[in-house]
Amino acid sequence: MNAPLTSSQEGALSRTERQAQVVRALQAVLPAHALLWQSEDTVPYECDGLTAYRTRPLVVALPETEAQVAAVLRTCHGLDVPVVARGAGTGLSGGAMPNALGVTMSLAKFNNILKIDPVSRTAVVQCGVRNLAISEAAAPYGLYYAPDPSSQIACTIGGNVAENSGGVHCLKYGLTLHNVMRVRGFTAEGEPIEFGSEALDSAGLDLLALVIGSEGMLAVTVEVTVKLVPKPQLARCIMASFDDVRKAGDAVAAVIAAGIIPAGLEMMDKPMTAAVEDFVHAGYDLTAEAILLCESDGTPEEVEEEIGRMSEVLRRSGATAITVSQDEAERLKFWSGRKNAFPASGRISPDYMCLDSTIPRKRLADILLAIQEMEKKYELRCCNVFHAGDGNLHPLVLFDANDPDELHRCELFGADILETSVAMGGTVSGEHGVGVEKLNSMCVQFSAQENEQMFGVKRAFDPKGTLNPGKVIPTLSRCAEYGKQLVRGGALPHPELPRF
Amino acid sequence: MAALDDIIERIREAGAKGTPLRIRGGGSKDFYGGPLEGEPLDIAGHSGISSYEPSELVVTVRAGTPLAELEALLAQQGQCLPFEPPRFGAVGQGTVGGMVAAGLAGPSRASVGSVRDFVLGAQLVNGRGELLTFGGQVMKNVAGYDVSRVLAGSLGVLGVIAELSLKVLPVAPAEATLAFECSQADALRMLNQWGGQPLPLNASAWMDGWLYLRLRGAQAAVEAACRQLGGERAAADDSAASWMALRDQTLPFFAERGAGQDLWRIAVPQTAPVLAIEGTPLVEWHGGQRWYLLPPGHAQKVRTAARAAGGHATLFARAEEEGDEARSAEPFDTLSAALQKIHAALKREFDPHGLFNPGRLYAGL
Repeated sequence: MNAPLTSSQEGALSRTERQAQVVRALQAVLPAHALLWQSEDTVPYECDGLTAYRTRPLVVALPETEAQVAAVLRTCHGLDVPVVARGAGTGLSGGAMPNALGVTMSLAKFNNILKIDPVSRTAVVQCGVRNLAISEAAAPYGLYYAPDPSSQIACTIGGNVAENSGGVHCLKYGLTLHNVMRVRGFTAEGEPIEFGSEALDSAGLDLLALVIGSEGMLAVTVEVTVKLVPKPQLARCIMASFDDVRKAGDAVAAVIAAGIIPAGLEMMDKPMTAAVEDFVHAGYDLTAEAILLCESDGTPEEVEEEIGRMSEVLRRSGATAITVSQDEAERLKFWSGRKNAFPASGRISPDYMCLDSTIPRKRLADILLAIQEMEKKYELRCCNVFHAGDGNLHPLVLFDANDPDELHRCELFGADILETSVAMGGTVSGEHGVGVEKLNSMCVQFSAQENEQMFGVKRAFDPKGTLNPGKVIPTLSRCAEYGKQLVRGGALPHPELPRF
Repeated sequence: MAALDDIIERIREAGAKGTPLRIRGGGSKDFYGGPLEGEPLDIAGHSGISSYEPSELVVTVRAGTPLAELEALLAQQGQCLPFEPPRFGAVGQGTVGGMVAAGLAGPSRASVGSVRDFVLGAQLVNGRGELLTFGGQVMKNVAGYDVSRVLAGSLGVLGVIAELSLKVLPVAPAEATLAFECSQADALRMLNQWGGQPLPLNASAWMDGWLYLRLRGAQAAVEAACRQLGGERAAADDSAASWMALRDQTLPFFAERGAGQDLWRIAVPQTAPVLAIEGTPLVEWHGGQRWYLLPPGHAQKVRTAARAAGGHATLFARAEEEGDEARSAEPFDTLSAALQKIHAALKREFDPHGLFNPGRLYAGL
């Protein structure tokens, strides 16, 4: 079992002594300004986008060259010090949460776009380049990078690789996995390694598929080759209102069943619509129980044909109002509310917790109704915004973190949504990752044997377990403590373990 | 699932005895990869569609199901496996498990994606006889490591694939094939130029001095592209049959391969120039996949040229008559030492007794 490193493994050294030891070792490989360890300097790194969980790292390293990245890794590996690689820190599941006895390695300085090649339609970029910066650099060639997570102004491509980030267009254009050709970086030992290539496949096992989405636990990424795709000539969006969430959920399935793959297909419920309308004034229908945004892109002829077919399906599914964007400004206005769902929620509640489970599309209405019941059970409000085309949910549970009971009820509410999603045939995370946030829920989705096999994957890449330890895969004892463990076809594994 | 229980029992027994197993679906790709070692473990009995809901764009199917059966079912609903996996051997011989284990895709691969891009989840029996499920039946899933996708192209070395969930897509409403008489270099140049434009490109093939281009998409988009690109428009029936023959390697280029010729598959960046390899290739995937027929003994030259272009070369099918010296050529290109270490460690973690398909991917793995 590849359990996270704990303080007991460092023997007699106190935190201060351990810190002094690590600082001394890293001073030998990094310039003075690239090393932070005083509290006031390391506090900014104590959490990522999941602000409810905070830990100050032992040391923050800010390497500027690949040789320094390798040296930091080699040094830490030699001292058995955990290393947590960090991009922009926008992750929502605590994947970059520091290890109290580890080094947080910020890769923010690797922010150069090395090559935009319009002929091969690829970009070679350093890991700290922002997602949107790639599309901006490719725009003069009529190309762009397709995955567009909502945090795309800030999040980095290295972080996108770690999380296998999605966005609103992935039903048609794929996830990070489908748009990354090559990842170059270093192993936990600091050895250079390359996964994939600029050809369409590589010899051997497809380890690139394993590294993408591995939340920084298998290797450290420093350079990425991404695919660029031609910018569609035109995009238009339909905004459709429904007086019943079930009709809206069924409309989503009906669009797909009609053989249409929309460029984006999003859903907002009534509370969410009210919150965003107040924020962006996009003219959303405040009387609708649910709103669908359904986008088509391509050549003008293609878009006209598809918008016609989509409108017809939505109307037949019971849409009470249908508006089609007439120009780019109007299309962006339709999307403005959807894109601002998170900040809009921040305005109506002191805190919110964003969930990220995915379910089969046909269960969209079922989960919405189940969440409405949970609102009563936990006495908390929830706004819902869904990447409906992918069945990926982002319920935003509103609470006040200063009220310990609200925080507790919020956590139960969240776990209930995730477990209900798994029971409906879904998964606990669609695009935000497991990090530390969903470790308990992983016990519900995977059996002990499956989790152990994933620890095996971790060991194969990182035998000592120093890269971002303690994330993504729950230990057997953690699941026993949580009191839940998926059992496939029979007996509970390890019945000897205590369970609460 | 009696068949699956039997498979698991066989694996446990083999583990206890240390007997290697050769996983076999329909046996249509026995020619592919390293030597066939071990007692045959047939998975064909573990077949059938577990679930299929067209509006979810997902099908879950047991690994022994004939690929032909799956494709027929999808076709009834106007859907397909858009990566066009090749079908070797007799009609209906290949299985869905074999398709994923081999990880081979057909003409449309450069435009639509590879086998692994469409794998959403898998059930796997590892070398300890444990039945494990990874991934799922939904489009987006980042819970845990993406073990299911690594199985695509793994040639069975990590375990026995028992069941797969695959993403499917609607069949494109319209299609057209255009032909252009041109040199290989001109074909590569044109393909890369078109690739940067919003055109419904779906597949391409250059052979015998002609470039064939298949467009797929909305009717209006295909017609507009035909007007823009020019070339000679091929008759729909003839071109459909030709693309099918390219996919299944029944075109004369493949079917008339001499007994003394190796078939090399070279994957390079689409922009790689004409390669410094003797003979004239058949070029697919908008330049990304190039097939060469060569007498045995060219491994080193071919691999050097492929690597120089940023790619790799696979000895896809061996000549029936080859000299002793040529026998030593490995089917797949050598990995870096760092990657070899991870391959060996993953193998130990999934298959600690070294049961599954020893040597099929690499000697010693």
